[in-house]
Amino acid sequence: MSAVLTDMQGAVAPATTKAIAPSRGQRPWTFYVLASLFTLYVLALYGPMICIYILSFQDIRGGLVFPMKGHSLHWFVDLFTQVRTGDVKGSFDRSIKLAVIVTIITVVISFLAGLGFRRRFAGDAVVFYMMIGSLVAPGLVLGLGTGLLFQALGLNASWYTSALGAQLSWTLPFGVLVMFAVMSRYNRAWDEAAYDLGASRWQTIWLVIVPVLAPGIVAVALFGFTLSYDEFARSLQTAGSLNTLPLEIWSMTLNVTSPSLYALGTVTTIISFIVIGASLGTIVLIQKKRGSRAKG
Amino acid sequence: MQSSQTPPRANLAGWLCVSPLVAVLVPFFVAPILVVLAASFFATDGFGGLTPGFTLSNYIEVLHSALTLKLYLATIKFTVLTWIFTLIIGFFVAYFLVFHVRNQLLAIGLFLLCTVPFWTSNIIRMISWIPLLGKEGLINQALLATGAIHQPLEVLLFSDLAVVIAYVHQLTIFMIVPIFNSMARIDKKLIEAAIDAGASRFDIMRLIVVPMSKSGIALGTIFVVSIVMGDFFVVKVMSGGGSASVVSAFYEDVGVLQYPTAAASAVLLTLVLVAVVSLILRTVDIRQEITR
Repeated sequence: MSAVLTDMQGAVAPATTKAIAPSRGQRPWTFYVLASLFTLYVLALYGPMICIYILSFQDIRGGLVFPMKGHSLHWFVDLFTQVRTGDVKGSFDRSIKLAVIVTIITVVISFLAGLGFRRRFAGDAVVFYMMIGSLVAPGLVLGLGTGLLFQALGLNASWYTSALGAQLSWTLPFGVLVMFAVMSRYNRAWDEAAYDLGASRWQTIWLVIVPVLAPGIVAVALFGFTLSYDEFARSLQTAGSLNTLPLEIWSMTLNVTSPSLYALGTVTTIISFIVIGASLGTIVLIQKKRGSRAKG
Repeated sequence: MQSSQTPPRANLAGWLCVSPLVAVLVPFFVAPILVVLAASFFATDGFGGLTPGFTLSNYIEVLHSALTLKLYLATIKFTVLTWIFTLIIGFFVAYFLVFHVRNQLLAIGLFLLCTVPFWTSNIIRMISWIPLLGKEGLINQALLATGAIHQPLEVLLFSDLAVVIAYVHQLTIFMIVPIFNSMARIDKKLIEAAIDAGASRFDIMRLIVVPMSKSGIALGTIFVVSIVMGDFFVVKVMSGGGSASVVSAFYEDVGVLQYPTAAASAVLLTLVLVAVVSLILRTVDIRQEITR
């Protein structure tokens, strides 16, 4: 069958010139239409964000709209020194600590769940749909439920207990879904090969599965960190008396009408970009190392 | 069922692996939902105190209020509009990346370019429309300069239009990723065969690409619908307080400690959401799709 298909390819080639997306030759008009749509989409995606980064570098006369009024770091200094804008420094600190804790827990639990879901087991659908439910449930409602639950149990809501749990109910479904995508490319025969060579179950996990899945595990960590770091709806009723950064931003959008709001946006996005860059860089590095080892 | 044939040892190993996941989801997903469900039957003293008991008055209050219908209509309007725009943009962006970009590495790079903002703050991305859409924003400035309008347009910011723009801006990515995934699995030979058989480009789109991306569209729809229906901050900020949705009204209720009515309205919303999601799930086996 496949031989027939490969034989046919030569004959098919000329016809592909009028395909929806020929692999060579003249591009159809739809290419240019869709390429413009794509460009517009990317412009609309990044354009507004870039506007607020630029506007955050105004001087003291600055407002919320263009034109730029001077250039300075005034609003960044303002952000971290003024009491008016709230406890930005403290919430930064808490958000990063929380995101690190969430990342570690998300990676470990998602990896284990990914291993578990490789085979069907009695009741697996219950766990699966519980996870989907946790993903699609309105965050504010879940947050309120968690808050009331802590109240009923006489526990104090705080960012490292109730908010931690509430955030995990959001990051874990994403982590497990990413694990599913990664696991689907893992060949079970590699497990068998490891067992045949005398590896124990733990050795197979540590020396075969973890290294093979390493890029996917980095991706899970990226989801864990960024989703926690920006999480808002579920934290609102569960963070207790001390704010995380997104809660601080939320209260600023309601009260602050100066470019310090934009400055905060610039600072938090820089952190996000560093994390994204480091994660994607690590993934590329792992793949490259593999490529060179396979060649050499 | 397949699972009844699995040996007990495999069941045990499976449960051991997912037990930490269950240990988080039970107290932080199942229990909070049950608490909200219970609170919806409680009475209140009006000051945030809850009296355990069983009353349907919260539901009666919610269902009898003319406001409820208005809130649901507004929520449905936002959901449908956002869904249409994210679907159209998401579908064609994914289609472009899969079928028109010839260099695979470039396609992955462009795909990442679309996904990076997903990992940054939603609130910041939302407020970043203010310098563009505001009364003195860039769009009004540009339109005034070209002479297309003589008064700045007020409908751009703090309006339903701004709400939909912010939603589409944030959520199109949730359509692009699953649709891209299902399209990337379509065998290119299938399309070449269709061309050989004399199919037009439109036929290929209608008979091959759309049906084979159905599961991606369904997954994206679940994300977009559940996020828009569960959102409150975009509606609150981008409408300037002019519009409300079911959850933004819930937020106001919670703010004035009206927990039982808020809980009753949340339970109703959850039921609607479950109905919509299971309707979508009937068209596609999501689990098989994800684990494939």
